[in-house]
Amino acid sequence: MRRMQEFARNPAMIALFTALVLTGCASKKNNLPNNAADLGLAGNAAPGSQQDFTVNVGDRIFFDTDSSVVRADAAATLDRQAQWLNQYPNYQITIEGHADERGTREYNLALGARRAAATRDYLATRGVAANRIRTISFGKERPVAVCDDISCWSQNRRAVTVLGGAGS
Amino acid sequence: MKMIKRTLFLPLAMMAAVMLLASSPARAVVEIDINKANVEPLPIAITDFISNDELGAQIAAVVAADLKRSGLFAPIDKAAFIEKISNPDAAPRFQDWQVINAQALVTGRLAREADGRLRAEFRLWDTFANQQLSGEQFFTRPENWRRVAHIIADSIYERLTGEKGYFDSRVVFVSESGPKTDRKKQLAIMDQDGANMRMLTNANDIVLTPRFSPSRQEITYMSFEGGQPRVYLLQLETGQRELVGNFPGMTFSPRFSPDGQKVIMSLQQDGNANIYTMDLRSRQTTRLTNTAAIDTSPSYSPDGSQIVFESDRGGRQQLYIMGADGSNQRRVSFGDGSYSTPVWSPRGDLIAFTKQSGGKFSIGVMKTDGSGERILTTGFHNEGPTWAPNGRVLMFFRQPAGSGGPQIYSIDLTGYNEQLVATPSYASDPAWSPLLE
Repeated sequence: MRRMQEFARNPAMIALFTALVLTGCASKKNNLPNNAADLGLAGNAAPGSQQDFTVNVGDRIFFDTDSSVVRADAAATLDRQAQWLNQYPNYQITIEGHADERGTREYNLALGARRAAATRDYLATRGVAANRIRTISFGKERPVAVCDDISCWSQNRRAVTVLGGAGS
Repeated sequence: MKMIKRTLFLPLAMMAAVMLLASSPARAVVEIDINKANVEPLPIAITDFISNDELGAQIAAVVAADLKRSGLFAPIDKAAFIEKISNPDAAPRFQDWQVINAQALVTGRLAREADGRLRAEFRLWDTFANQQLSGEQFFTRPENWRRVAHIIADSIYERLTGEKGYFDSRVVFVSESGPKTDRKKQLAIMDQDGANMRMLTNANDIVLTPRFSPSRQEITYMSFEGGQPRVYLLQLETGQRELVGNFPGMTFSPRFSPDGQKVIMSLQQDGNANIYTMDLRSRQTTRLTNTAAIDTSPSYSPDGSQIVFESDRGGRQQLYIMGADGSNQRRVSFGDGSYSTPVWSPRGDLIAFTKQSGGKFSIGVMKTDGSGERILTTGFHNEGPTWAPNGRVLMFFRQPAGSGGPQIYSIDLTGYNEQLVATPSYASDPAWSPLLE
């Protein structure tokens, strides 16, 4: 944990670290693809549909350990989300914030909320009306990937934009 | 309130303890110094209580199991016993027990009263001082026999260690089932030895961090009911649930004040969590912290004057203490790594915590000024300590890497005597009750 944090203070190390993580991911069966190319489904989804959003836009972004900072790669995904949501303004959305299992339960609930709030705030700056957005934190209670290494934990540190949630 | 409490949770309401013998208060020869790091367990003979059914052996077995699990006693195999106790009112043949090195001897008897109640009596003997140390008698409904056994074990523990026991207590926890990606969670309650487990909620909603009221048969916990993660109260007698307060956001990490009149918890607003109390009578809420940080896991000192909590206001999670009104907030943990889930000991002298350092999760204790840190257990993932009512033992949960689930363990304050608390399925978030009344 400490080593990772020291890691994270050095940008060059972050790049290396990310590369290692991604390499690790490629060999994992339970990785969720998060863009159309991975799924090979581009073009099959009706524009404006749930599937269109999930497949062609990307419904989730990932975070660094203990961080709620929207990374550059995540910002690109959120830019696409905002563009899509502005094109289809009838959708209410719920942003689910999640944490990996390498933290205590209470802190992770708050960390998931922080990530959801950061995601909401970013979408709001891109023109998505705040009253369309509801947020919820699941802490570490709903991982998508189950394993015992960093490649897996990195997929669980996420914010997922879910269409159709009631606005608040 | 007290009346209701008795009917459901104090099935021993009719139980009366009577000292059998006002024996001369001679100084005991047998005693255990439980403050030593690794105590040599005291050999003790626990004979089957004389009874016309199997209950006599069952009660003796529960007493023996309690004492053995404490790590302070070594019950002797019944096969080694020489004297067969036939009259528990008479003194035993002490030399028969000395020969097998029984430092202490427990004898007892069960009988049914005319009204159907069970009468249970026991005597504790110091076999090398040739004297009775204690003797008590209880009346209860027969189905409460396990509680009678725990009360007897507590009495023996207290007489021989000089400290209150903890066996007549319960643990509320989260029972877990199903795959990790869709884990079902239910509140459950069991006796501290794992017996009499029952579910308190169904598996429809995620439920977390149950905590006992110090004064009522009530717990506070967090539930995702209705898609809104919030703090609730649950009446154990009636199953009645109630939302705690009407806060504009997620409430979590609840705990009672020592007088049971307040719930203290975190309220999440945007990226920040701050600590609030709600008075359960007046419904008045009070904000205690106000930072752009995650302030959570509040736990009162036993006298109610102070609160320990965790905060990442300094960058990483560390432990802080403040007055009960939020005054004088100061950091107390300064070790390597991060600290979370602090819980103040019922004795007031220590704070238990989860520590993350070097990729490991440990359970430890420190003095209330942050000094004297001791790690009790360390590994891939240990989390969420809770204190036995006498402050000598802790439970926590341990999560293995990968797809498995957590289990609850107990460990002595000295770091010795770690034991699995067996549950039918995965279990997490244990919270120990006060001693039952």
